[in-house]
Amino acid sequence: MDFTEVPVTSERKSKKKKNKRAGNKRVSEAENGESVGVEKKSEEKIMENGESSAAFPPTFSVSEIKNKQRRHLMFMKLKQEKRKQKLQLRKKKKKERAALGDKAPPKEVPKTIENQRVFDETTVDLEDEEIAFDEGTDEFSAYFNRLTNPQVLITTSDRPRGKTVRFCEQLASVIPNAHVYYRRGLALKKIIPQCVARNFTYLMVINEDRLVPNGLVLCHLPDGPTAHFKVSSVRLRKEIKRRGKDPTEHSPEVILNNFSTRLGHTIARLFAALFPQDPNFVGRQVATFHNQRDFIFFRFHRYIFKNEKKVGIQELGPRFTLKLRSLQKGTFDSKYGEYEWVLKRHEMDACRRKFQL
Amino acid sequence: MQGRLPPRHIRLNKDGGPRFVHVFLKPCKTFLSYFISLSLRKIHQTFPFSEGKRDRKRKCSTTTTKSQNFCRNEFNITGLCNRSSCPLSNSQYATIREEKGQCFLYMKVIERAAFPARMWEKVKLSKNYEKALEQIDQNLIYWPRFIRHKCKQRFTKITQYLIRMRKLVLKRQRKLVPLSRKVESREKRKEEKALIAAQLDNAIEKELLERLKQGTYGDIYNFPVHAFDKALEQQDHESESESEEEEAEEEVEQREFVAEDEVEESDLSDFEDMNKLKTSSDEEEQESSEGEEQQEESSDEEEAGASTSKSAARGRKRRAFVEIEYEREVEPVSKSRDF
Repeated sequence: MDFTEVPVTSERKSKKKKNKRAGNKRVSEAENGESVGVEKKSEEKIMENGESSAAFPPTFSVSEIKNKQRRHLMFMKLKQEKRKQKLQLRKKKKKERAALGDKAPPKEVPKTIENQRVFDETTVDLEDEEIAFDEGTDEFSAYFNRLTNPQVLITTSDRPRGKTVRFCEQLASVIPNAHVYYRRGLALKKIIPQCVARNFTYLMVINEDRLVPNGLVLCHLPDGPTAHFKVSSVRLRKEIKRRGKDPTEHSPEVILNNFSTRLGHTIARLFAALFPQDPNFVGRQVATFHNQRDFIFFRFHRYIFKNEKKVGIQELGPRFTLKLRSLQKGTFDSKYGEYEWVLKRHEMDACRRKFQL
Repeated sequence: MQGRLPPRHIRLNKDGGPRFVHVFLKPCKTFLSYFISLSLRKIHQTFPFSEGKRDRKRKCSTTTTKSQNFCRNEFNITGLCNRSSCPLSNSQYATIREEKGQCFLYMKVIERAAFPARMWEKVKLSKNYEKALEQIDQNLIYWPRFIRHKCKQRFTKITQYLIRMRKLVLKRQRKLVPLSRKVESREKRKEEKALIAAQLDNAIEKELLERLKQGTYGDIYNFPVHAFDKALEQQDHESESESEEEEAEEEVEQREFVAEDEVEESDLSDFEDMNKLKTSSDEEEQESSEGEEQQEESSDEEEAGASTSKSAARGRKRRAFVEIEYEREVEPVSKSRDF
């Protein structure tokens, strides 16, 4: 058994005090309890460890140290070093900027998930003719050509509980021409032809689980697409802080943010067709559907322009977030329907920078 | 054998003392029979596990609730743990059982008690309800009334629930979708981060201001347009200095009608100049805003009507200004601020 006679004290100097004490203990224990051979072995090990930390061979990584305490301490040291370097770098840059003054290069834009988003080939180019043609002839064209007025039927799953019922009522107050009907155990496939017969353009079914609304099926009626969303973070009116008075009967304006891909465009048109085409600006109410990283946030505000550069908004109305689960071509048909898009977790959630809407 | 209490005179001591003292001290003939039947009863009710202690809990596969004991034996006809409905303690017994939608009548007689493999006779009942009842009657002819009645009751109940099952299958079925806790918590966290990244309030405000700039609101809001101001800054300089002096005068001479008229005229002249300048630069706006002009005027008239002289002067000024045909613009920023 080879052991190098490197004096132990020199290693200890390079480490921290804690380590010193630990190192001492180990050596002393070795001396006390064990035979000479084992002692030497432990010394060897200490020396090996010491060597690796002191010499830093190029393939060294902190995880190779077997001793947990020491490894932890080395890692903390490493982190501190990195932090120090980063701080120095920042100071230097700041000095340079101050020195250059106006001629300083522009500040670098920090990386965000939105910046790093993987380019989606289905991103809509607003001037694309094909898309314009598609949108002119799809199921919403009737609405966008002002042929139909939206009429919305809101219902729930079986036996809705208090929160869901109140949510439905508040939704009905937010969306003009909306009516809430109690479900009473009817099958959706039977409800749909009845709705069509009574000139409804939308069917909205809010699914409830464990006393809380958690799903939304939005069906555009004369065989339009059906979208199924997951609903989360529902806040009813009384749970919203600093809110305004109840919304009035004026038709609200609609804001649709960040819907960039083809799929996003379809969904945006789906939402837009919920509201009547001519908003009452007098009412000063605005409903927002904001898409961020595939989550659609719904908010309902009342705004007031203080001057041409400042606007104040006050939240009324319920708020909730949606996440698209599936988009189906015809009306609701879970067994035989033709799905245009379905959320497949393993494919789509694998990359953090890839989004669908 | 049904257990029967011993006749009353035996139950009590001659002194009127407790019964069991009497039992142990002085067994008589009738009491002996009672004692035998009691022990037999215990055998039937209590299984090898018990030590002859008689308590409410009967040990042959029962479950107890507060009100009654249930028998877990699969051949039991009523489901309760009674002496009359226990398949173990009755040598002649019959039940109805159902397998995959088919009902069978099971019968046990004492002749086959020695052959446990063949003990239960199984008869398939017809699917027709009435015919099946007749079958039960035929098979259980001469059997005790209780068993016959209970069999028919059980059979009725079984057919009823089979019908209900068939109906339910046709109705809507609730589908339970399992949630993965990990996925849910991940999504929740993503949602929170997305919410922070979205900066909703700012986004909404920005969008609303954009719309205001682009003029989707028409003439509802009488704000001076920033762009317009910038374009006319140079031309405004001269008129501004003049108008400032006039405004100072106007504030002082508020009550005199004459002063206001003077101001008005001078202002009008200025505005006419600006009109010419403006028309040369922005012709498009004129076309679009001609329709709005009338609306503007009407709104301004309303305002003027409801206000004091000072504001009436302003209103008149505005009306004059409106003739210049800007979409939302009424007067330049500096002037309004002075007011």
